[in-house]
Amino acid sequence: MKEKTVFELSVAGRKGVTLSDCDVPSKPLEDLLGEENLRDSLPMPELSEMDTVRHFTALSRNNYSIDNGFYPLGSCTMKYNPKMNEAIAKMPGFAGLHPLQFEETIQGALELIEHLERILTEIAGMYACSVQPAAGAHGELLGLMMIHAYHKSRGDDQREWVLIPDSAHGTNPASAARCGFKVKSVPTNSEGLTDVQALKRMLNDTVAAFMLTNPNTTGLFEKDICTICDVVHQSGGLVYCDGANMNALLGIARPGDMGFDVMHFNLHKTFSTPHGGGGPGCGAVAVTKKLEPFLPTPRIERARDQYRLNYDRPQSIGRIHSFYGAFLVAVRAYAYIRNLGADGLRQVAEMAVLNANYIRSKMKDAYEIPHDRFCMHEVVLSASHQKKTCGVRALDISKRLMDYGYHPPTNYFPLIIPEALMIEPTETENKETLDAFCDAMLSIAKEADENPDILISAPHNTDIGRLNETVALKQLNVNWLTHHKEKKDA
Amino acid sequence: MSFAPHTEQDIRSMLATIGVEQVEDLFKDIPEDIRLTHPLNVPEALDELSVRRHMLELSKKNLSLDNLVCFLGAGIYDHFSPSVVDAMVSRGEFLTAYTPYQPELSQGMLQALYEYQSLICGLTGMDMSNASMYDGSTAMAEAALTAIAATGRHTVLVSSLVHPNYRHVMRTYLNSAGYNLLEVSSSSGVTDLDEIENQLNQDCACFIVQSPNFLGQLEYTQQATELAHKKGALMIVVVDPISLALLKPPGEYAVDFVVGEGQSLGISMSLGGPLLGIFACKMEHQRRFPGRIVGVAQDNNGRLGYTMTLRTREQDIRREKATSNICTNESLLAVAAAVYMTAMGKHGLRQVAESCVQKSHYAAERLSELPGVKLPLKGRYFKEFVIRLPEYIPPQRLNEILIHDGILGGYDLGRSYLEWKGCMLLCVTEKRSKTDIDNLVASVKMALENER
Repeated sequence: MKEKTVFELSVAGRKGVTLSDCDVPSKPLEDLLGEENLRDSLPMPELSEMDTVRHFTALSRNNYSIDNGFYPLGSCTMKYNPKMNEAIAKMPGFAGLHPLQFEETIQGALELIEHLERILTEIAGMYACSVQPAAGAHGELLGLMMIHAYHKSRGDDQREWVLIPDSAHGTNPASAARCGFKVKSVPTNSEGLTDVQALKRMLNDTVAAFMLTNPNTTGLFEKDICTICDVVHQSGGLVYCDGANMNALLGIARPGDMGFDVMHFNLHKTFSTPHGGGGPGCGAVAVTKKLEPFLPTPRIERARDQYRLNYDRPQSIGRIHSFYGAFLVAVRAYAYIRNLGADGLRQVAEMAVLNANYIRSKMKDAYEIPHDRFCMHEVVLSASHQKKTCGVRALDISKRLMDYGYHPPTNYFPLIIPEALMIEPTETENKETLDAFCDAMLSIAKEADENPDILISAPHNTDIGRLNETVALKQLNVNWLTHHKEKKDA
Repeated sequence: MSFAPHTEQDIRSMLATIGVEQVEDLFKDIPEDIRLTHPLNVPEALDELSVRRHMLELSKKNLSLDNLVCFLGAGIYDHFSPSVVDAMVSRGEFLTAYTPYQPELSQGMLQALYEYQSLICGLTGMDMSNASMYDGSTAMAEAALTAIAATGRHTVLVSSLVHPNYRHVMRTYLNSAGYNLLEVSSSSGVTDLDEIENQLNQDCACFIVQSPNFLGQLEYTQQATELAHKKGALMIVVVDPISLALLKPPGEYAVDFVVGEGQSLGISMSLGGPLLGIFACKMEHQRRFPGRIVGVAQDNNGRLGYTMTLRTREQDIRREKATSNICTNESLLAVAAAVYMTAMGKHGLRQVAESCVQKSHYAAERLSELPGVKLPLKGRYFKEFVIRLPEYIPPQRLNEILIHDGILGGYDLGRSYLEWKGCMLLCVTEKRSKTDIDNLVASVKMALENER
């Protein structure tokens, strides 16, 4: 640990930000709050303002980001986050709004949300959309709650199963379980696609929904998607689209046209809003007409020239957020879409797919590529060959990439591809970057043959090496205050 | 404009490497009949300057803090955020990073989150905090679901004085999963302890109380905790983090989960999103709690570093057996809160909290001097309080008048509680000066006279 914690930097009596003195007549706090309610001590740090800035600046410099370099983390769509959107999100007319103001005083904000929802509906090829979910997984949860409510509204109460491919994101089964469903896994066939015959055999009147990512997590388009949606519908189930991979489809094809009933977008992936080291995000959900009554309240609607919040929605599943979702994330995504227009959006998908296939072509002699077809916006390699011949695993390759200055791809996902390395270059990377990254990957493949130890012991150029998480678990230290108190007591 | 940098020459050479003629060839797996043959029906592309003009126009259709002096709270608060907060979280290294899956490259974000967790533990007195949830409402719902999993009981008991939207969100979560929700109704300003005792039964997984509650009043949290524990239920307390700079932390009386909205910690109101869900708990819940958490670990050379830990609870590893489906959270806002708490420091946080107390009491006293205005509640409060208006001027009407004076008035409690019809919940933070408060009082006085 290069940098001390704020607690170690603290000096008793030092002050940070200055505030003016309270300018109303004061009374003793004991009288106002009750002595029994007051705390004895407050274990908060004491730093000067500049020390605070130096500390967090030092931390930021010790953190990899898109602004630092190539970040080909598959499934996460780490594209350039335009600076324009940050400037716009800071406009006082957006950042300085209280959610409980009169509707008449937030017309611009409501108009923006309503427009964004309409645009996302068009991109999805659906009927309506809500930007209330705060994350992709939150969108999944909402989608499944609506599916649950839909079946219930039809007296179709026995539908307790959700089918999910074995290649799916972990959030899919976790969201289904959170919503009270039971989960069954649908196998993937040798082509890397949903095994439609197996799916058919699993469908019956106890199945509520099939959840599918398309393009799927092996980077391939589910070419039988229309048949898949048909057979699920014939059994009375609904089809959920995990839209994590929408970067491949913008302006090219629409989930609604494929037969999906409900989908979520990740605005923090597809529409370039920054992920902030883990959030905030927005998991906007789009639905067909039959699910529209179940969308969360309030709905933002236009009546004549006024936008309003409609709470009168008897079939709605209810609220899923304290207010209206991550408004400033919606602001950024809206600005991005207005900047790109229809042609720009299509270009996103085309260039993202071009970049992924370019990497694929350059990798195919050095790494195993499980499925022999063009990929969409990401390519999944397997290091099985390296594992077999030189004892080098996907994790070792990932760690070695750090020495070359790159953030590694997603590894060990999807679970069905052994030693998976999932590379998503996105559309915003130039050819020189892709070439240099491919050179690094080829050089690492060579190192694996000639000097596997250099991979197995990687990374070498970072401040710390691979961390042993089992040690972390035995002496759990997740809170500086108690950990250091315990140490002192001992 | 798609921020795609390729020249035509680049594209030609890349296509040649791939071995296809044109980009369309790469999409041949998509069946013809579902391929779009026309451009998306979205507004035409605008250059940056035009987008910014358009967005500025939209933003000006709103009345914001630039135009209004805010006395509205009810879950989102107009606290002061020092410039250092935005400066730090605007740094691209924090802003444009993903979840820190690769600790060797993400020590900065991981340490900032570890510090956030520790600072939240310091405020709440709890053993451990996760690295954030979506917002206060979902943090509360997740705590209830954690309590259900921990106790094997299927009913959640909640005070009706918990934020109405939080209860609504929890109802949504519990409904779909098939659990029961019971409310302890309260006719006075605080939750009735006898009622809690009456309603707690063997199927109650937890009891939830908010303090200060939605009416701004401090609850008898310690006594409620004892009652809950006596019946084998876990205790969840919803807090205002700013108030904890002065108030006894829930950790001191064996509460199981502390949740709340962290927006007050240096984060803009932003129409209520994105927000920061605070979630802290006792160590004994370490195998069950939802969300990410950062801990300290060692590398092979004995060097210490930060990493996400207790990962076996999480969705990407446990799938349907995970303790929650949380993946994306609100990390950047957690960093903002950490910067805020550090920059304000022990002294600044106390000063902010004390200003809230003094100014809200001053405002309440001045308002109650106006003819017909009453303070219906007698309990202790921190920064929010209730006034009852004369019948001839409903809160909605008063707020319409105040807006014309550039004042964002309080929350109309009749929207959420029949018994508090005609009452308004006002909030006074450290940002309000004596002049602001005196202006509010003058405007209310004028309105009372004119509307009579």
